[in-house]
Amino acid sequence: MSTAAKAARRALMWLGIILVVGYGALAAGVVTGATTLAPGLALDLAGGRQLTLQATTTDGSEVTQEDLEQAVEIIRKRVDASGTSEATITTQGSNVIVVSLPGNPSDETIDLVRQSAQLQFRPVLNYQYSSWVTEAAASASASASASASASATASASATADPTPSGSASAASNVLRDSASEDATPAASATAADPTASASASASASPSASASASASAETSSDDAAAGTASDLTWLTDELQAEADALDCSDEANLGGADLGDSDAGHVACSSDGYYVYLMGPVELTGSDVASATSGPSYNTTGALTGEYEVVLNFTDEGTQIFDDITQRLIQLDSPQDQFAIMLDGVVISAPAVQVRISGGTASITGDFTQAEAAQLAAQLQFGALPLTLELQSNDNIPATLGQDQLEAGLIAGLIGLILVVIYSAFQYRALGLVTVGSLVLAGVMTFMAVDLLYWMIGYRLSLAGVAGLIVAIGVTADSFIVYFERVKDELREGKSLPAAIERGWKRAKRTILASDAINLLAAVVLYLLAVGSVSGFAFTLGLTTVIDIIIVFLFTHPVLVLLSRTKFFGEGHKWSGLDPRQLGRDSFYKGRGRTRSSESKKSLAERKAEAANGTGADADADADAEPAKGGEN
Amino acid sequence: MAGNLAQWGNALHSGEKIYPIVRQRKRWFAISGALMALSIGSLLIFGVQLGIDFTGGSQFLVTTDSDDVSIAQEVGDEYAPDSEPLASTLGTDRIKLSMGEVDIEVAREITAALADGYGVDEADVASTQIGPTWGAEVGKKAAQGLIVFLVLVSIVMTLYFRAWRMAASGIIALMHDLIFTVGIYALIGFEITPASVIGFLTILGYSLYDTVVVFDKVRENTKDVLSQNRFTYGELANLALNQTLVRSINTSVVALLPVASILFIGSFVLGAGTLKDISLALFIGMAVGTYSSLFVATPLEVQLRTREEKIAKHTEKVLALRESGESLVTMGEDGEVRVGALQPGEHLGTSSQPKRKGRK
Repeated sequence: MSTAAKAARRALMWLGIILVVGYGALAAGVVTGATTLAPGLALDLAGGRQLTLQATTTDGSEVTQEDLEQAVEIIRKRVDASGTSEATITTQGSNVIVVSLPGNPSDETIDLVRQSAQLQFRPVLNYQYSSWVTEAAASASASASASASASATASASATADPTPSGSASAASNVLRDSASEDATPAASATAADPTASASASASASPSASASASASAETSSDDAAAGTASDLTWLTDELQAEADALDCSDEANLGGADLGDSDAGHVACSSDGYYVYLMGPVELTGSDVASATSGPSYNTTGALTGEYEVVLNFTDEGTQIFDDITQRLIQLDSPQDQFAIMLDGVVISAPAVQVRISGGTASITGDFTQAEAAQLAAQLQFGALPLTLELQSNDNIPATLGQDQLEAGLIAGLIGLILVVIYSAFQYRALGLVTVGSLVLAGVMTFMAVDLLYWMIGYRLSLAGVAGLIVAIGVTADSFIVYFERVKDELREGKSLPAAIERGWKRAKRTILASDAINLLAAVVLYLLAVGSVSGFAFTLGLTTVIDIIIVFLFTHPVLVLLSRTKFFGEGHKWSGLDPRQLGRDSFYKGRGRTRSSESKKSLAERKAEAANGTGADADADADAEPAKGGEN
Repeated sequence: MAGNLAQWGNALHSGEKIYPIVRQRKRWFAISGALMALSIGSLLIFGVQLGIDFTGGSQFLVTTDSDDVSIAQEVGDEYAPDSEPLASTLGTDRIKLSMGEVDIEVAREITAALADGYGVDEADVASTQIGPTWGAEVGKKAAQGLIVFLVLVSIVMTLYFRAWRMAASGIIALMHDLIFTVGIYALIGFEITPASVIGFLTILGYSLYDTVVVFDKVRENTKDVLSQNRFTYGELANLALNQTLVRSINTSVVALLPVASILFIGSFVLGAGTLKDISLALFIGMAVGTYSSLFVATPLEVQLRTREEKIAKHTEKVLALRESGESLVTMGEDGEVRVGALQPGEHLGTSSQPKRKGRK
């Protein structure tokens, strides 16, 4: 066997390996339930609602990538809260968010998605474990399992284990020792600026003393009286509301009601463990200038090993914050805390340790670097006067999507059949190679689309289906370029194996060049296209890659192997490679002699035939070709 | 026919039959120029009809057996009289109501009214609302994509062919396709949607692809043009055109068949939509692209090359030799010089001769 045939067999083997591995993985995924056999469908085929939101700022400041991601995060929480599953939220460019909600989401969900998020600062009146924690704790056996280490985990609010059973017993322990300061989920606020902390020593609050008459209770209450921290905000209704609030329900963890800004309010902490009872809003996002995170330093400038979030207020915010800290510092825990709410959820509730008049506050606590960065991003986002403008609103009923998918598939089938008929007409038996290649390309594309859905959640859209259908033509063209080249070589008088070798060499270059251009087009289209039509570019690029694989690993090897069969090698009338039809009756045999294609056999051939009994082996014939001198 | 096409292909390949496209390039340039003028003219006069994705607006789609457009029209007139509502039928079983931009609340009312009017479920009324600023954004993106793509393609073409003339001809052919296609859109009044834009951009890729195949053959044929004195550059390039003619036709047919089937299904079964918009642009563009790779790109390239000094000198020399009868060329019956592969066999050069033992 010649090297060409060996290479051909090896190529086919590789193709087999790719298909077996791909489909094997897919089968494993389907069996284990990790994926489905059907490819994922985008909204325009499955039906659903697509909203395009453009983030704009009212003050003309720029929307950064982090802000956009934060907005996506908030929308995701809201969508989860609305009970919609399988929603996809993606960003496009620097300021566009595309929300795809499958099915038929309610108007409320849509309104929820497009409302803008708000950052609010409210003084904490009290906080308690959410009802689910206390219920779980009550049902959990109050055994010795609540160890010291367990309570420590519970106090690190952000990292607390969200599984109710494990942490509930830990929490019950904390509850009983509720006096312990550790139980406070909050971080503490100190002045980032050393000069500010120096000024913090002046503690007496003018506002507190002015309103001292309002209440005859403890000194702590004196300071709070008449302000947002006044416990009179803590009405029975508010308490009842707090008792009823179930923070394990996702509906309360995203896009929750912001409450009346001039009255007390109840909200969950972002981890779902605590319910905060808070006074009226004192500061909003517009009072925050910026927020950053980083390692924290102590007053001597040495690293403390902890991470902090530094909040900068605007001029107006500085003034208000000064008043707040001045007041809160005199109050007892938990009234010395202020809650920072983003989108109706308490993201942090630091206690005030010093009066902060410089407009720069530092929030420290048990942060990891990532947690600090997240909090800073949330604050920074809340500071942005960001509004989400609804730019497009598409509703595709499931029936319409179904119709479109069917129409697309029918169109694809018709296209495929037409191409098959045409190539059979044009290339006769060679057309079968085209059909085989196209079918294999289809099998491979299906595998790729399925795997991509599994791996990266790629969903096929209508434009994507169009791309696949258009690709039939592009893929078939590779074969046409190749076959025409082989025919050219045959016309120039080469034997079939030689024609295939030379034709392939030249066609390869052309196929690669044109596929490279197709791929380039697909990439540019994908990156620059807006909306669902980028799906077209995606499938066009995908099928171009598959085209290259098929041509190299299937079409060419198969043709090489076929050229060794009698049917093709001798140029049967129906093989599509008949030299006579290609206007070639004689072959150049070397040494200035030619041989007619329907020639008398050479002396060596006749001898070989006589030796073998009947006809010569086609393979041997083809291989022996160059060696034969032959006579005319 | 297959046999005839094959024989025709043989004749084209051997140079027995020659379509003197390159020699008659002035004619093709004139035709293309006229088409360009017509396209640009209709663009300026009629302008293009932009879909609501670019201009902003609303559209509602009801799937129903009823073909009573008046219900939808009444709904539109009632809820959004200022937004120029217009109801029409679409495909076999759909009614479309389109209008200018409306608030999401109004859109909900219209959806409910349409569902009520046609007796369908509210969830089965498809609706699209697009804000005008977003539409402008989409348009800007499309224009950006076009420019970036053209620049990238120019670079790739120049690198691939390592000849700026080929790259330039390819790009000009590309512009030709694009202007022509958009011109047809303007003339007939087809609506341009983001899907059509995707179609246009794909045409660019396709047109280039076609041109690359032809240019590859041109390059192969003219590789040794200066080392022989029988044929001019233009004649060899023309041979390349003729030799790739069968492939060009086959490719175009094979590429157009699936596109045509989407176009058919998209326009007659579904009515307007993504499928129709993409396939219409592709159908027109591919047809134009095949034309331009044959009748614009190569003739243009030859035009540019013949201005090159060494090619011009060579052409002069070849023609002078032919005049004096010193070069061996056969003339066809139509007076065309026969350019083609030599019969019966091809000499592969000394490299194909057996090597002496012991030599590398």
